[in-house]
Amino acid sequence: MSKRVYVTGIGVVCAIGNNVDETLTSLLAEKSGIGEITLFSSIHKGILPLAEVKLTTNQLLDEIGHKGAKNLTRTALLGIKAAKEALGSSGITDIQKHRTGLVSATTVGGMDLSENFYAEFLESPQKGRMINIVNHDCADSTERIASNLHITDFVTTISTACSSSVNAIMFGSNLIKSGQLDRVLVGGNDALTRFTLNGFNTLMILDKNGCHPFDEHRAGLTLGEGAAFLVLESEEIVHKEQKKILAEILGYGNANDAFHQTASSPDGTGAFLAMSKALKMSGLKPAEIDYINVHGTGTENNDLSEGIAMERIFGDQVPPFSSTKAFTGHTLGAAGAVEAVISILSIRNRVIFPNLNFSTPMKELKIQPVRKTIRNIELRHILSNSFGFGGNNSSVILSKV
Amino acid sequence: MTNKHIYINGLGNVSPQKTTDSGHFLQEPFFFETNQLKCIDPGFKQYIPSDLFRRMGRIIKMGITAAKICLQDAKQCNPDGTFLSPDAIVTGTGLGCIEDTEKFLTNMIRNKEEFLTPTSFIQSTHNTVAGQIALLLKCHGHNFTFVHRGFSFESALLDAITQINMEEFSNALVGGTDELTQNSFAITSRLGHWKRKPINTQDLLLDRQRGSIAGEGASFVFLENTKNSGTYAELKGVLMVLNPSSTCELSEKVKAFLELHNLSERNVDLLLLGLNGDSMKDRVYHELVEKCFQNTSLGFFKHLCGEYQTVSSFALWLASMIMKTQNIPTPVRLNHVPEKIRHILIYNHYQAINHSFILISHP
Repeated sequence: MSKRVYVTGIGVVCAIGNNVDETLTSLLAEKSGIGEITLFSSIHKGILPLAEVKLTTNQLLDEIGHKGAKNLTRTALLGIKAAKEALGSSGITDIQKHRTGLVSATTVGGMDLSENFYAEFLESPQKGRMINIVNHDCADSTERIASNLHITDFVTTISTACSSSVNAIMFGSNLIKSGQLDRVLVGGNDALTRFTLNGFNTLMILDKNGCHPFDEHRAGLTLGEGAAFLVLESEEIVHKEQKKILAEILGYGNANDAFHQTASSPDGTGAFLAMSKALKMSGLKPAEIDYINVHGTGTENNDLSEGIAMERIFGDQVPPFSSTKAFTGHTLGAAGAVEAVISILSIRNRVIFPNLNFSTPMKELKIQPVRKTIRNIELRHILSNSFGFGGNNSSVILSKV
Repeated sequence: MTNKHIYINGLGNVSPQKTTDSGHFLQEPFFFETNQLKCIDPGFKQYIPSDLFRRMGRIIKMGITAAKICLQDAKQCNPDGTFLSPDAIVTGTGLGCIEDTEKFLTNMIRNKEEFLTPTSFIQSTHNTVAGQIALLLKCHGHNFTFVHRGFSFESALLDAITQINMEEFSNALVGGTDELTQNSFAITSRLGHWKRKPINTQDLLLDRQRGSIAGEGASFVFLENTKNSGTYAELKGVLMVLNPSSTCELSEKVKAFLELHNLSERNVDLLLLGLNGDSMKDRVYHELVEKCFQNTSLGFFKHLCGEYQTVSSFALWLASMIMKTQNIPTPVRLNHVPEKIRHILIYNHYQAINHSFILISHP
């Protein structure tokens, strides 16, 4: 039984970098990954920006390049890439050495291929290439990653909309704490699709100018894509193998807002409860949180609700906070893991990355996000929030060791 | 963490059978001439607020109804008829709200990305059922949805078991939901999943055609760390095995799993098998029986509910009912009937990749 859960490896691919180093470079350079649509044809091209990973699907295929790679979805390719980097970063060479699991997360799984299949299928039920639909479900990318990395002891997938991969971190941590596994690769992957682009567009929450979270004039979110994975290990392994620790998972909590299928409650109940649960598990006082990587999508509703919840918990002492979604876009099922990786980069590099595109404080709140990069700052405990449809609210606390 | 006793104290099952009436345990099972089984409407309107009813997807109706029946069965109601909020809601689903997903995709493609409305997109999210149950119950607790083929419901059970053991919560509403649509049936037919010609579902194991019969369902259990007069069974544990290389590997894992609960194969009084009538895929079940359970009483169930990713949630309902009534309904029996039923093991696999075992014992 392991009371403590450590992060010993990280991997990421997102709009601002194809790996951890590139992502850090872009963050330090305050360089956003938001731009024009290039991945697919859409009537929204030139109107709605996206935060695409700067690799074509063919480039990803070439890079992964194993047998049978032809029918991999972009979601799975992104997942494999980030998961491999995470394992490498943890120095794991023998996957069979310990009981190892994979808990991944996604919101639309292989939709990037199935939406193409469906266009042909609608013409006739006998049309459409089966190779483009067999990978539709959310488990596909997870099993592809597992098979690529030879993980066999345990695999599962979580889908709770935009909080999915924080929930993967939680479930993976519980599997270690309860002694069922020694290490778990946790994270998430989601590729951009016309399905999600049009879906969020019907809700009229996509900002034509790119998101500017926590700004009085915010006009919605910007969709992104990517994958991120963290290697979680028990304290036994970490001590026995004298592994380098990147961070500790000190606390986490999931709560339901139970207010509306898509909108957040005006008093931020779910967000408040998720953050409170995470704090309670960590044993920390609110004042010990040094920085919050907020969910901060840039929608009118989320940022207000999240801001109110933070003011309820931290009172007049809300720690420095920023949304990094103006860098990466909102990567949906990958967001929680992407932001956990960014939080670990903050801890390790003693830097708070800014909330890009911010200019005017919200009139309902006393607080405002960090505008400019803060360097040489000691960050012991970072709280990271991820909230999703279905009132699904999750928070995780990543700590310096 | 010490392992607690976890009890199944309530059931709610919406299925192609009359399973919502617990006093009527498969006495008159329905059999059809078909290759796809759909759920009976158990009176969804009773369970769903009328203002939500019309726009709500079918799987959401199935899920809410099964969840509410489960909570009623577990006596989680206030005197005014409102429900007590469970500590956690955990669901599993293979394809989620596939009808709404198809609806939004169809509109997006046909209308060339114009004139779209958000309802089907919103409802297409995989955690809609769990979210809607939380919303109706005003349940602020832990709310997870697992989406991993034949491990979806099993992972939900594992999450609940783990956190009850860790004392994060003392009870949990756990369910599996999947719906069958004409388009998903057409697509999976092309993959050879289903029998081409309709069969009498009673003869599922006799039919020689390739494939199985498609099904759907929403089945919930109410788990608690205490026993009461309504308890059905003790939930001992769940085991998931991904893509085992051989029957040997599988049997070793099952033996170790049973040993973990201080049992051996001989202690299993009833083994419920996920036989689905596809002789290629059913071979795996026969091989494990041959290896480990030669003298065990056997049962099956997919002629009653069809094949789908979260079908083990139907099996857990069946096992729990059998344990409480100590009666194995005739259509479920494959061989002899045991004298006393103390331990039931459910073995199911999805496409011979996701193999799962759920163990329950007499409380």
